[in-house]
Amino acid sequence: MSFEWPWQYNFPPFFTLQPNVDTRQKQLAAWCSLALSYCRHHKLYTLGIMEVQECPVFNHKNIDRKLSTEAILIVFEELRKKGNLEWLDKNKTQCLVMWRRPEEWGKLIYQWVSKNGMVNTVFTLYELANGDDTESEEFHGLEEWMLIRSLQALQTDGKAEVITMDDGKGVKFF
Amino acid sequence: MDRFTWSNGLLEMNETLVIQQRGVKLYDGEDKAKLDVGIALLSTHQLIWRDLKNHECCIAIPLSQIIYFEEQAAGIGKRTPPLSLGYFFRRLTEELSQKRWESTPMSQPIPTATNSQTGRTRAVGIVGIERKIEERRKETEKNISEAFEDLSKLMVKAKEMVELSRSIANKIKDKQGDITEDETIRFKSYLLSMGIANPVTRETHGSGTHYHLQLAKQLGDILLAPLEERGGMMALTEVYCLVNRARGMELLSPEDLVNACKMFESLKQPLRLRIFDSGVMVVQLQSHSEEEMISSALDNVTDKGSLTAEEFAKLLGLSVLLSKERLLLAEKMGHLCRDDSVEGLRFYPNLFNSQA
Repeated sequence: MSFEWPWQYNFPPFFTLQPNVDTRQKQLAAWCSLALSYCRHHKLYTLGIMEVQECPVFNHKNIDRKLSTEAILIVFEELRKKGNLEWLDKNKTQCLVMWRRPEEWGKLIYQWVSKNGMVNTVFTLYELANGDDTESEEFHGLEEWMLIRSLQALQTDGKAEVITMDDGKGVKFF
Repeated sequence: MDRFTWSNGLLEMNETLVIQQRGVKLYDGEDKAKLDVGIALLSTHQLIWRDLKNHECCIAIPLSQIIYFEEQAAGIGKRTPPLSLGYFFRRLTEELSQKRWESTPMSQPIPTATNSQTGRTRAVGIVGIERKIEERRKETEKNISEAFEDLSKLMVKAKEMVELSRSIANKIKDKQGDITEDETIRFKSYLLSMGIANPVTRETHGSGTHYHLQLAKQLGDILLAPLEERGGMMALTEVYCLVNRARGMELLSPEDLVNACKMFESLKQPLRLRIFDSGVMVVQLQSHSEEEMISSALDNVTDKGSLTAEEFAKLLGLSVLLSKERLLLAEKMGHLCRDDSVEGLRFYPNLFNSQA
């Protein structure tokens, strides 16, 4: 399934940071949702500022428009405020993109666990994210750092417990 | 003694001879040097000693290297009266304090008339010519900066003068009875000739002079037709040019124009002076409706998909300045949005607002 671009993507003003405050708010909201859906579609979990500038999302070669670095950082700041992005370093060169927040992942995972009657079982992290059973699930292929956060969210809710085993981490669902 | 170097005794181009003293013996510390009877020459740059018997024997020390010297009365050549040597030392002290060698650096030595006091020396060759040009340039530069010094001093004085005449004018205003009508008129004319506006009336905006009032009325008549032609709005600079061209003589100053325009409202003229955010000032018809303009601008832009300020100007027959102001206003109100790229600044209908 190919990625569907929103109408804004072909609208040249989309790539200029709007001075009018109200217009800018709408513009940024559109950028945030575009960035997140793009990452979701391509299962991107980390982004580096350098590659991002050349990424088709921010650099639309067909209409010869690209978003300036300054504007990209503003979009990222919006995402961060919404809880969808986390900087990995102080210099803001690398970041984690959470197009689904940990809590949301946790919920999905728990749903699958309970639907399949696997409550009270212990899983290794590998099984969960990369096992054959979960292949059709959305959380299949989830990167470990995200998986752990999601499970920790469940843990806070009392729905799971993360355990350390000999060769790695595992989780028990309640 | 070791700071002395052999020299040919010739003075440099910028060097001047200050004083010379005959019958001088040189001592190296306590010992008498082999240099017995000679003549000491003090120039602006160095101290030269030349042997009287053997003219080729000549040594010199740059004044800049003299750290310390003192006068010793005893033991100096018998033939020289102490008085003149004292004078020599005084001149030496003078030269050392003036340090004239610092302002006129040494270059190639040029031959000069030995006993002359002239500072000018003949320059030789291209180098000499170049140096003369350089000298002249420095002279000119110095003159110009000196002249401007005077100008800034003049400005300071002028300011004081203006202050003074202002205070006198105020005093006239206060004590009307003390001076005659005649004198007041004369004084006012002096002030006017100095460039100070009529001091008896207030000149701040809002309540202008009689002159500005009349002017505003006049402008109201002159500008109606041109304004209609141009869609109801003209930049103040356009007005200025138009009005002054029409007058021919007795031209208006920009200040007078602005002050007159500010009075349109109070005179109930059908014109208004309007100032945009960017500082651009325009005169527009009172009947001019901004909303109408904005919505027609939006229609134009939507029609063409997008417009730059230049394209819009051409479309409407407006000046680029005014058309840009209109587009910016429409953007401010949220009807348009901008596309800023290397291709230039374009305005589009604000689809962010209108489309879901």
